[in-house]
Order: sequence, then structure tokens, then C-alpha cells
Amino acid sequence: MNVPAHLKYADSHEWMRAEADGTVTVGITDHAQAALGDLVFIELPAVGRALKAGEACAVVESVKAASDVYAPIAGEVVAVNADVTGTPESVNQDAYAAWLFRVKPADPGALATMLDAAAYTKLISEA
Amino acid sequence: MLKQTPLNAVHRAAGARMVDFGGWDMPVHYGSQIDEHHAVRRDAGMFDVSHMRAVDLSGAGAREFLRYALANNVDKLKDSGRALYSCLLRPDGGVLDDLIVYFLREDFFRIVVNAGTTDKDVAWFRRLLGERAPRLTLSPRDDLAMIAVQGPHARAKVWAALPGSDAATAEMKPFFGREVDTGAGPAFVARTGYTGEDGFEVMVPAARAEATWNALVAAGVRPCGLGARDTLRLEAGMNLYGQDMDESTSPLAAGLAWTVDLASPRDFVGKAALVAHPPARRLTGLLLQDAGGVLRAHQKVGTAHGDGEVTSGTFSPTLGKSIALASLPTEVAAGDVVHVAVRDKRLAARVVKPPFVRNGKVLVS
Repeated sequence: MNVPAHLKYADSHEWMRAEADGTVTVGITDHAQAALGDLVFIELPAVGRALKAGEACAVVESVKAASDVYAPIAGEVVAVNADVTGTPESVNQDAYAAWLFRVKPADPGALATMLDAAAYTKLISEA
Repeated sequence: MLKQTPLNAVHRAAGARMVDFGGWDMPVHYGSQIDEHHAVRRDAGMFDVSHMRAVDLSGAGAREFLRYALANNVDKLKDSGRALYSCLLRPDGGVLDDLIVYFLREDFFRIVVNAGTTDKDVAWFRRLLGERAPRLTLSPRDDLAMIAVQGPHARAKVWAALPGSDAATAEMKPFFGREVDTGAGPAFVARTGYTGEDGFEVMVPAARAEATWNALVAAGVRPCGLGARDTLRLEAGMNLYGQDMDESTSPLAAGLAWTVDLASPRDFVGKAALVAHPPARRLTGLLLQDAGGVLRAHQKVGTAHGDGEVTSGTFSPTLGKSIALASLPTEVAAGDVVHVAVRDKRLAARVVKPPFVRNGKVLVS
């Protein structure tokens, strides 16, 4: 399973990437897309929405099931990837390229507290 | 401990994603459920359905027994090999199972039942046999593996993979089955399925399951998981037992009135209850009009005549839209627009008469 070393992870199977401007890009992991199967519908949060950590804020639906995506850290949604709503399968093809939304963290230190690649790899290998 | 079919190791070696399907360890897909779906609609795919059970009924009077035991009328089976879809009902009219029965000889019928219902079906048949026909023999065929090969090119690929099957089945019409000598040993080949496409269901001894599967792969048949099987059957407007109907459902409410023979004077288990209680609901198709999600089982459906419920819903790979089977008040008609509760939204869906797709062609718009 693909778990890039430069990303951070949540135990609810989102990945996070720190951007140069201080925002954090969020998507679902390769493990999550494989578990869901072929994605056919994605709903993203509204830009400007204030998210609490752990709050359900997006929906990904595969042929077989619907699944919530959780805000891994608190913050304001500053951008969404509108391309993926038209091509949900792009998340299956490359879960780390097909990001879902970007947040401006309420706490700039929040990202550092999330799982690193080694810890996330351990989490999914135990599941 | 999950039960395994004789093909379990083959699925794992092929990289299948395995799931617990009613106590069986079964492949849900081998990579992409949607690609597997399209393979069946456009070419040929196969499913391991060895968790389903063939049950042989033999002895003099087998037809007379089935005439009473099944809701559909086995007197429709005149030619050897002919198959019939039927419900098995409780005395109160609830659906114990749906099945296919093959008439092979007057003293030999083969019944194929669902996996999760095998034990209760066999127990029910035995009880009924004890009351009405104790000399008949019922034999669950745990020794057989079953592979459903489906798609417009499925038959040709079976003929290429199983020597001798060509001559024996080339002229066989849909909904017939027969024993075939393949050179490697006997196989039961039936022109039946659960996808809305042409094809064969092939039963072989468990010991030959792997060789048969590999020969089919070599002939160009794509392995498909139960995920694609579900989207294919739903597009074809076919019910799934336990989801679209169960013991609390009348077949008349489950879109299966066409399989229940109420016209003839014949008595059968459940008949009196069906006549006494006409259903207030019926199963119909839904085609999602709005964007905003996918139709799924148990979603509430609001109609002008009262509420209903989605029994099976999915994204249809062939239509590129979400489709469903839903149990709605009988007053709701094809063409009506209803509203389905999808999470926090109410999405418009149009009522259509299933099937949605048959033989590669879209039948709704």
C-alpha cells in the first residue's frame, strides 16, 4: 500500500500536506480508496466553512458504499478541488494527486500532532 | 471461520479483494468493479457462485411434489432440460427463497438455491417431503462447484474452454440446462444467469473447479467479483433475496407476480395467503434525476401516495446514473417523480419499469 513519507495522516484515513502558504491540503489515502472501491460520487465542503477537528465535512461514494470524510484538523476551508467531483475515479487512480479540500488551520501546530507515514502504515497493517 | 469455495485460493492468487458474504469468503472485485461490470456487458466475465447450492430431487412423483412446493408451476416444464424461476413460499405467503428448478427427467429435478438460505431451504423441503412424499430423495450437492460465465461472448468462450460443450449446447435455448461430457469429465451446463446477458452457468465437480476456471481465463473470460454481479443484476431488474424480499415479503409485492401461478386450480404452499392478502406495495425501478449522491437500500422515498423505501440501490455503470429498486405504494405509476432522502437532501427520482438494461441495451431513459 502506498503511504508517501512526506505526508501526515489521520486515523480516519485522510492524508495531509503542508503548503508553503501555511494551508493544509487534505485527501483520502490510497488504503481508503482501495477499501471503498470504484468511486462514483464526491461531495466537498463549501469554501469558507469553519471545520472542527473530526467533523464529517465531505462524502465519497463508491459503487458499493457511501463514506464520510472527516476534517483531520480544525480550520477554515479555503479551496476545494472541483475537478474530482466531475471525475471521482481520479481518486482511485492517484489518491495523493486527487486532493479534496484545503484548510487554513486554526492551530498552526495541529499538523505536527498527526500520524507520520510509519505510524499510519502500522495502523493499516494492524487493521 | 468463513466458508470457502473450491476456488478460494485462485481468487487470492489473482489479487481479489475478499469479503464476508453471508458467511462465505468471496471476491468482491479483482481491481475494478466497474471494469468487471463492463466486461460482462460487452464481452465475457465469470463469477464463482459455488456458494450457491444445487439440490437434486429424485424419485417417482418429483413433479407432483414440486407442483405443491413451489409458487411457479412446474407443469410449464415439458421438455427435458427446461428451467423455471420460482419462489419458495411459507404458508403465510412470505418468500423463503427464490430458486431455479431444472426438469431433467420425470424422476429427477435439479434445484439451485441461494447460499445464505441453503440450510433453511433444505430443512423446509425435508419437512414438506416427510409430510407429502417421504420416498423422494433430496441431495444437496456440496460436491459441485458453480461458475457463471456471462456476456455476449460468454458461450463462445465456454465452448473454447470446455471441449465437447460446443456440440452439446450450441442449439440449447435460453433457460435450458443439460449434462455435458467435456472430455475432462462431466459438467452441467445451463443457459441461465443473473446479469441480463446471455451466457452459461457451469457446474463441475469441486476437484475440477480450478482447472475449469483457468481454462476459461485462457479463453479470455474475465474474473468478476460479487460487486459487479450486484450492479449487473440490479440493472437487469432482478431481485436479490434478503434485500429486495425476504420471509416478511409477499412475492406479489416484490415484483414477482409473473412467477406466481394464481390462475390454475393447482394448490401450493402460500397460495391461500396470497389470494387473501393483496399487497399494498409493489417493487418498482427508480432512476435518480438529481445530482447529489447514490441511491442505497433503506433510503426513504416520499411519493404522492405515501412513503416507500429503496430496497437495492447503486450507481449503474452502464447508464452512468444511480438506479434502484424500491418498494412503493401500488398507486405510484411509471413516469411519476418521487423524492428520495439521501443524507440531508431530498433528491428527485423517476419511477421506471425494470429492467434498466438487458443484453447490453439501455431500456430506460
